[in-house]
Amino acid sequence: MSTDRKFYGYRRENGRIGVRNYVAILPVDDISNAACEAVAANICGTMALPHAYGRLQFGEDLDLHFRTMIGTGSNPNVAACIVIGIEPSWTQKIVDGIAETGKPVAGFAIEQSGDIETIAKASRKAKEFVHQTSGQLRQECDLSEIWVSAKCGESDTTTGLASCPAVGNMYDKLIPDGIYGVFGETSELTGAEELCKARAVSPEIGNKFMRTFQAYQDDVIEAHKTSDLSDSQPTKGNIEGGLTTIEEKALGNLEKIGKKVSYIDVLEPAEAPAAGPGLYFMDTSSAAAECVTLMAAAGYVVHVFPTGQGNIVGNPVIPVVKLTGNPRTVRTMSEHIDVDVSGVVRREMTIPEAGDALIDCVVKTANGRLTAAEALGHKEFVMTKLYRSA
Amino acid sequence: MSIPQLLVHDKQDNVGVVVVEGISSGSEMLCVVTEDNSDFQLVVQDDVPIGHKIALKDLQEGDDAIKYGQDIGRIVAPVAAGGHVHTHNLKTKRW
Repeated sequence: MSTDRKFYGYRRENGRIGVRNYVAILPVDDISNAACEAVAANICGTMALPHAYGRLQFGEDLDLHFRTMIGTGSNPNVAACIVIGIEPSWTQKIVDGIAETGKPVAGFAIEQSGDIETIAKASRKAKEFVHQTSGQLRQECDLSEIWVSAKCGESDTTTGLASCPAVGNMYDKLIPDGIYGVFGETSELTGAEELCKARAVSPEIGNKFMRTFQAYQDDVIEAHKTSDLSDSQPTKGNIEGGLTTIEEKALGNLEKIGKKVSYIDVLEPAEAPAAGPGLYFMDTSSAAAECVTLMAAAGYVVHVFPTGQGNIVGNPVIPVVKLTGNPRTVRTMSEHIDVDVSGVVRREMTIPEAGDALIDCVVKTANGRLTAAEALGHKEFVMTKLYRSA
Repeated sequence: MSIPQLLVHDKQDNVGVVVVEGISSGSEMLCVVTEDNSDFQLVVQDDVPIGHKIALKDLQEGDDAIKYGQDIGRIVAPVAAGGHVHTHNLKTKRW
């Protein structure tokens, strides 16, 4: 249905398409947040991305930190990027990574200069970047050029009946056209892991998924659990919404990948997909802000977020489109909902109609319509940390 | 079709989901199986909030709860057809 659908986006130096046009001010580490926020306060049209980490990390955790930082700056929704860190070495590493996209990027280190001089220099460069990028015109793009990520939150039983199947229907329609999709939430596939394995494009990729899934069970759950996790998975909100077990939650979650498409590869957290257009699985936390942040760092430009009880998460870099099939959530939290698919549980709307309504909203969002989360100022940028710093 | 009060994913399921607010004990519900749009009637035995599950038949301790045609956990306390199924009588088999 959608092969001729168009949207207006920003065509970047590396050929990728953005749907927003930000000048990001990216801190390398926690102690550079203040300088980044000062630059964003000085220069209109810029956005600071404060976060909690970046010091004394090592090994796989440090790799993930760099991948998330570089990926966030490289996201096509970011037109240009200022990087500020306490010292020059890691700052330059992130600048160099972002520079591979061809976009304007500059780095500043605070040691031997202090905050005030750094803020002044970075503010002048940020103002240059604003002038350089803010006049860029949107161009007509084929919908097949968009990258759409998916993760659900505050799920309930309506999520598996309506909003997750609507996302699945969207992927069933758009993945064959050549878009990139992704789903994740490793812990929330517990009980549906065999079904998920079977949806891989090949036995090799299915086994790769199972290795990722099992590593999470062994290294995280078994290593750290103090109970059967009934107080965390499902969450208190899930339980309030009628979900009882992780298996039930996982089966609803997996509805997001639709009926037809297979995932073609398994990604590390924040890893950019490299096997061509198609659906991917990414190893992520199931916590909303962490997961969306990782998917944005992998290069996805719009996120679709089914919710049952009303998760309100947003992201500073990628618009988060909320949909719900719960009529009570529509009634009580309408300001957070972009697409109401509660007609599905009243049998007034079919799943394919819900999928079409979601695609329409994704196109409008790609054209520049602010999502509910954007209009309400939700900018949850949350780094995933694998273990304690050195 | 009238608006259903309970939806069931799969013909094999032994639990269904209340999809309207204000369901109280003794209400007769229109139940629809989404897999094939077949329907049936069931009298609810408890006040059950929207989104929560109801047993479609008498379930005994040790039975599997089936939803989406899949095993979603173990029944740990008996529940009669029309009764509320949740954390008090259904537990995960994982973790």
